[in-house]
Amino acid sequence: MQLNITTDKKYIISGIIVLVFIVIVVKLFYIQVVDSSYKFSANNNVLRYITQYPARGLIYDRHGEMMVANQVVYDVLIIKNQVKPFDTLEFASMLGLTTDQVKDAFLQVKKQKGYSPRKSVVLLKQIADSSYAKLQEVLYKYHGFEVQPRTVRIYPRAVAGHLLGYVGEVDESVIKNRPYYQLGDYIGINGMEKQYEVELRGVKGVSIFMVDVHNRIKGSYEDGRYDSVARTGKALTCTIDLDLQEYGERLMVNKIGSIVAIEPKTGEVLAMVSSPTYDPTLLVGRDRANNFKMLQTDSLKPIFNRSIMALYPPGSTFKVVNALIGLEEGVVTPQTRYACYGGYTVGRGVGCHHHASPLDLSHSIASSCNTYYCHVFRNIVDNKKFGSIEDGFSNWKTQVESFGYGHALGIDLPNERKGIVPSVNFYNRYFRKGGWNSLTIISLSIGQGELAATPLQMANLVSTIANRGYYFTPHVVKSIEGQPAIDPKFTERHPSSVDASWYDYIIEGMDLAVNCAPGGGGTARIAAIPDIRICGKTGTSQNPHGADHSVFFAFAPKDDPKIAIAVYVENAGFGATWAAPIASLMIEKYLRDSITRPDLENYILQANLLNRRAKKK
Amino acid sequence: MQRRSKIVDNLDWTTIFIYILLVLMGWMNIYAAVYSEEHNSILDFSQRYGKQMVWIAFAFAIAITIMLSSSRLYVVFAYFIFGLVLALLLSTLVFGKVVNASKSWIQIGSFGLQPAEFAKFATALALAKLMGPYGFKLNTFTSYVKVGLIIALPAGIILLQNDTGSALVFGSFIFILYREGLPGWILVFLFFLVSLFILTLIFSSISIMVFLYVLTLFVFILQTRKYKDALRFTVALVGIGLLMYLVSELFDISIPRSYFFIFPVAAGVLIAGIYGFVSRFRPAYLWAAFLGVSVMYSLSADYVFQNVLDVHHQKRINDLLGIESDPLGWGYNVNQSKIAIGSGGIVGKGFLGGTQTKYNFVPEQSTDFIFCTVGEEWGFLGSTVVLGLFLYLLLRLIRIAERQREGFARIYGYGVVSILFFHIVVNVGMTVGIFPVIGIPLPFFSYGGSSLWAFTILLFILLKFDSDRFGH
Repeated sequence: MQLNITTDKKYIISGIIVLVFIVIVVKLFYIQVVDSSYKFSANNNVLRYITQYPARGLIYDRHGEMMVANQVVYDVLIIKNQVKPFDTLEFASMLGLTTDQVKDAFLQVKKQKGYSPRKSVVLLKQIADSSYAKLQEVLYKYHGFEVQPRTVRIYPRAVAGHLLGYVGEVDESVIKNRPYYQLGDYIGINGMEKQYEVELRGVKGVSIFMVDVHNRIKGSYEDGRYDSVARTGKALTCTIDLDLQEYGERLMVNKIGSIVAIEPKTGEVLAMVSSPTYDPTLLVGRDRANNFKMLQTDSLKPIFNRSIMALYPPGSTFKVVNALIGLEEGVVTPQTRYACYGGYTVGRGVGCHHHASPLDLSHSIASSCNTYYCHVFRNIVDNKKFGSIEDGFSNWKTQVESFGYGHALGIDLPNERKGIVPSVNFYNRYFRKGGWNSLTIISLSIGQGELAATPLQMANLVSTIANRGYYFTPHVVKSIEGQPAIDPKFTERHPSSVDASWYDYIIEGMDLAVNCAPGGGGTARIAAIPDIRICGKTGTSQNPHGADHSVFFAFAPKDDPKIAIAVYVENAGFGATWAAPIASLMIEKYLRDSITRPDLENYILQANLLNRRAKKK
Repeated sequence: MQRRSKIVDNLDWTTIFIYILLVLMGWMNIYAAVYSEEHNSILDFSQRYGKQMVWIAFAFAIAITIMLSSSRLYVVFAYFIFGLVLALLLSTLVFGKVVNASKSWIQIGSFGLQPAEFAKFATALALAKLMGPYGFKLNTFTSYVKVGLIIALPAGIILLQNDTGSALVFGSFIFILYREGLPGWILVFLFFLVSLFILTLIFSSISIMVFLYVLTLFVFILQTRKYKDALRFTVALVGIGLLMYLVSELFDISIPRSYFFIFPVAAGVLIAGIYGFVSRFRPAYLWAAFLGVSVMYSLSADYVFQNVLDVHHQKRINDLLGIESDPLGWGYNVNQSKIAIGSGGIVGKGFLGGTQTKYNFVPEQSTDFIFCTVGEEWGFLGSTVVLGLFLYLLLRLIRIAERQREGFARIYGYGVVSILFFHIVVNVGMTVGIFPVIGIPLPFFSYGGSSLWAFTILLFILLKFDSDRFGH
């Protein structure tokens, strides 16, 4: 009996032992085979993904001169857990900071999204090369600090800020909507940098490392099988002529306005000046945010790209459009003459300046006769064949739009404005249906009223005239590295509604405006250059913001146009006074690369028109 | 020469083979756990695996020495060895070195020794010496006191050294006592107390009380078959509770909700106790006594947990029971340990392929958490093989203990089984998260001379007795 109990106990003890072992094996089975979350956690523990940032693509001008290059700067990173007490003063002075700034950076670091004391986080961004050189020598003394190279933009000539745009760090919404971007990445924010972001940014690479519990790198993961190499961004060749651009910006100093120059044969933008401009270098580096705020609060709006975003009334330059439509419609002939004695007197009337009378079509352009165009405009919209002002006006509007007005041209830059060509509906709403006629809207005949266009659209118009009837969509990129051609939409002709044969009469008028004999009535004789046949048209655009804008557009040479240009100088008065000389100097600069009229140049360079904003009465 | 061959013939070579296998596997895993590119020679003595090789060589020497000695030696000197170890433990309290908050190391030159490791086999010897003689029976108060003293003395001193883990190992001797006559119900009762303690920590005292009431009533019905009475009694108690509730609502007296449970249960215990006593109906007052005591125990368990246990013990237990989760703080060790083992999958990452242990995500990866390396690099299959070897060893040792003709050897044998079982289960259980973190080594695997030698001595004294069992 006694023996039986003890053998029973032997089995009970063995049973307990086996049972407990089974429990452990079941638990092991669960965590090793059933639950896969531990494998995920293990990878999280041990794998570090280190991004290799590619250099951004370079940008060259049309002659291959460097416009935008890269410069290496250094981000200082820390792993909070490994940082030991250090000499803040020495550290700060090395980087040219104050100790308070360093302390502040340490406080800020903890607020970063995804902050962990065991991971590298950026403490200070974009330390200059010179500071880095000092830091590097003593970096071993600073535990938990590391340095990561990044590239930022530099501008050899510090021009074309609006056109080029700028680069900044991605924000929350970008990270959320575009999976390529991660915290700390750079992205083009405006201008070409934004438009060609995908080409310029290149492709980020990643290196996967294994780290130990102290985040020390122990080696590459799987011998780098899953690593990828960063690919540098593609270089862009810009259509801009850097010398011309720089010259334009110089001429526009102390003036508000814009210059746009286009090569008519291709639609390539040769220069795009918006004044006042800013040094693109301001929007690079550690002070970007401060400088941006400063530019943003400037009352002259230097960040605003007037070339494609400002809407101005075209003024008298628009007369060429009405002339062309009139010829096409057959409501006026090159020989049609209208008398003018101080203005058009029907209805509210439109005043005119003193000039010879009567004038034929070409001379009406050369002398910029308002009365002539009141007749032409009324002939167009009141044409009996349409039966009503609404249909006549609609026909006029369609033809105007064929010159690139009233819609965005589609330049390869962000934020292009589309301008305004009023519609029938607009007038029906404004005056009620039937409450308006050709006299009500007579201002349109001389490019005033409800019309508005960007300087780019003006340059495109003169480019269309230079081409005798068609234009190419203006664009700023000539070629992209590794791509055989640019977007085909830039090599497609856009014909105007007016037959090519009518253009010569207009060009004749524009030629006369610049090159007629003294006393011949030409409004833009100041723009004439010996041996270069410039065809141009002045404008003086009335506007509700102050004194009239000075407008001029031109192309040259007459028989083989190489440059078409539009110039706006805000609140500067007559087109002939300021805009015409500027355009003339630009044309000479581009075609001859030297200036033969230093007096005219000085007159422009020294002019300060900033205080003319108040309306002169 | 003849004596020599007799030793060799009677040796249990299976056990020795498993022992050598485990020790070598342990060595290999220590190598993998602390492996680094700079020190990759397994014989590099500046590294733990190099040192472990020296400890292994010494361990083998110790094993051979024991095999060449006489088993009578251990019977004769059992108390002496026990006394010696007690003296060592006491001197550690005075002269010891503090490592990981416990004062359990004696430093001799550059060499550290942990007397607590040796106290285990010494206590097993002393127990065997006490309980071995034929006349000893575990049924008198004095016999329990003697046995209790032998176990409690070293455990108490080790507890004073602040080495709770090692002290708990002495609780495993309950298996010896059970084998040698301790009634089985005590084992069940202890199991009940431990379970109740854990349940108390997880559930509210009210639900524990209801649970205990139902459980004890169930036992009562099983014993007496008076289920109608039990049901009426219960309805009456529920009625008391409801009445209290109504009264409190009616007269707008605010009473804590727990009172609606405590008062009826207390009343029930009182009524059943008095009734059982007066009418001499034994099951009734036994039921009352049992319910009363366990409710009080449950309530005091909470108090003990909050006020007697150290904060880190509380945290580890809370973490284990899922009451508190703090994977970067108190739960860090276990969480990382589970990640390491869990990431091993079915077949593991292969020798030296583990990242979690090698790169120090798992703390103490060569000592207490050595099983993580097994789990990570050899996967579920490797872990099962190791556990299988341990299980086979334990069952084999039970067989060896049972075949001894002397009481001393058998009792000592069960001592070996108890100690090894406790170590293996608690250590592996801790790494997979079914036991709270208790810092005790995995036998034969964990890095460290003291523990390896102590386990070697422990095992080989039994093997010596086994090989001598036909002699004398």
